[in-house]
Amino acid sequence: MASTRKVAVVEGGEEMAVAYWKANIRLIGILLGIWFFVSFIAGYLMAGIFNNISLGQVPLSFWIVQQGAIMTFVVLIFVYAVVMDRYDQRFNVHE
Amino acid sequence: MSAVEIWTWSLVLLTFGIYIYIGYASRVGDTKGFYVAGQGVPALANGAATAADWMSAASFISMAGLISVLGFDGAIYLLGWTGGYVLLALLLAPYLRKFAKYTVPDFVGDRYYSSTARTIAAVAAVFISITYVAGQMRGVGVVFSRFLGMSIEVGVVVGMIIVAFFAVIGGMKGITWTQVAQYSVLIIAFLIPVIAISAQLTGNPIPQLALITSDLVPRLNQIQVELGFNEYTQPFANRSMIDVIAITIALMAGTAGLPHVIVRFYTVPNVRAARYSAGWALLFISLLYLSAPILAIFARTNLLESLNNKPIAEIQELSWVQSWSRTGLLAFEDKNGDGILQIRGPKATDGIANELTKLDNDIIVLSTPEVAQLAPFIIALMAAGGLAAALSTASGLLLVVSSSLAHDLYYRLINPRATEERRLLVGRIVIFGAVVVAGYFGINPPGFVAEVVAFAFGLAAASFFPIILLGIFDKRANSQGAIAGMLVGLIFTAVMILMMQSVRIFGTAEPLMGNFLGISAQGIGTIGMILNFVVTLIVSRMTAPPPAEIQELVESVRIPRGAGAASAHD
Repeated sequence: MASTRKVAVVEGGEEMAVAYWKANIRLIGILLGIWFFVSFIAGYLMAGIFNNISLGQVPLSFWIVQQGAIMTFVVLIFVYAVVMDRYDQRFNVHE
Repeated sequence: MSAVEIWTWSLVLLTFGIYIYIGYASRVGDTKGFYVAGQGVPALANGAATAADWMSAASFISMAGLISVLGFDGAIYLLGWTGGYVLLALLLAPYLRKFAKYTVPDFVGDRYYSSTARTIAAVAAVFISITYVAGQMRGVGVVFSRFLGMSIEVGVVVGMIIVAFFAVIGGMKGITWTQVAQYSVLIIAFLIPVIAISAQLTGNPIPQLALITSDLVPRLNQIQVELGFNEYTQPFANRSMIDVIAITIALMAGTAGLPHVIVRFYTVPNVRAARYSAGWALLFISLLYLSAPILAIFARTNLLESLNNKPIAEIQELSWVQSWSRTGLLAFEDKNGDGILQIRGPKATDGIANELTKLDNDIIVLSTPEVAQLAPFIIALMAAGGLAAALSTASGLLLVVSSSLAHDLYYRLINPRATEERRLLVGRIVIFGAVVVAGYFGINPPGFVAEVVAFAFGLAAASFFPIILLGIFDKRANSQGAIAGMLVGLIFTAVMILMMQSVRIFGTAEPLMGNFLGISAQGIGTIGMILNFVVTLIVSRMTAPPPAEIQELVESVRIPRGAGAASAHD
């Protein structure tokens, strides 16, 4: 039990952990910003305007809320996983 | 026996045989195997299991039908039930995996160092899961009765026996590997008809391309307008914008906060695998969620074109019309006595009455292969897919009920000295009991099953999501704040839903409350969630900070290193 409760001991421990967490928060902020823009701004709030633009035969906002946003979500999660892999190594907190 | 029935029996028996075999092969001997599959599930497999866990009878059977009625506004389900995975992957899953215990109440209880918080969380988890599971067992019964001519009751009992078998002997390990098989069955069953119909209607077998390049959408918009409905793609035709936004947020946060989804991320070997498996899960889910809205368009077009302005005598000859009319889910009436069926929407101006008097949403998916005259094999596949969707979700939910009662309440609170053998035995007994309770509600459903689903998401959004999020990201959040926040969120949301749904739940003549600032019962969890956040933040800052060892715990879950070595064996 005790071993799980302690911060992992790493080279320059504390500082690296703080920097790692800051980088993580910034990445989360960027990705959730995209998540919010696609779902709520482009999909809903601007639906009146974006629906006048067509993607092929389909109004744009309709396509975003029923197709495009879901595809974006999948990409966002994989981007997060890949970038975090790099951060884990760079800040030396990997498993 | 018809060709469809022979195929259905063969596929159902074959798939059930596979599930039972996998359940037997994955039998477990300790609590770690029983609750978190020994933390040895690879990311990809956990993604498939999560997808099956997540996609319920409602996703498979009802969602495309709901969307076909809502048009643009169907986005609430599409965005709500997928966008939550982004929250889960970025904000919750990796840290909960690092925490490395068995259940969601485990995290709440340990992080907020409080038996009260643990108990509230365990009770909420049981309530959310039981309401949800009743609908799944009902779904099993409906599929059996429609496709195999059994009574709903017998269908539910058969489903109970199957679930009990692999859940009791295999626990989370058995459930996980069965769910991987169930995902394969359900996704094949869903995609084959969509691809076949896409090729038939548009000449393009890839529905996502056909949507953009063919005239499907303009054609449906035109039919809708001619018959007096709103354009299919018109935003906010059925619900106001504020309500659409609130419902979407409630479903997203609810998805991220549902215990049976969260607990799947405890089963992977490390933090890295938790991140990737969230991506795989959403990729697998999106195969269905990118196809369902297109199926909705196909189905609506097909249905309107094959029924409107057709002689009623001819319609009654169609075999799918006959079988669905018998179930009472489809009905029409020749109001003007001209022998022709006219379908009209609320905005029709030609004075002709709508003669399609009943069209249940659940028909849309299950009847589509028949309406499109696909082969009996494909129709049978739909039945097997619907069963896979219902059984996989039911088993995940039952495990949460079992772990909340047997682990969080019995072991952590009542009898912390219980031996490993005893804990495993209690877990098995409770999961068996939960199957029986779920089956009872499947056979005798409370009259408001659809309404209680709003409960499950609203309560998860208003309780677990904010508390877990703050537990990781706000070191200052303490037990007083969390308890106050959870109670305010839960009570507000529950009272609002009860008042807005009072007609169905209490039998009042009018709802005690129509809406809250324009937000309906389905979206009210969003307000409950905001209240929970605000109350937790404020109360935490007005009371003493959490003890040093809790602050250390928070620092430790933020860093991946050490997750592999961690374990719950104290």
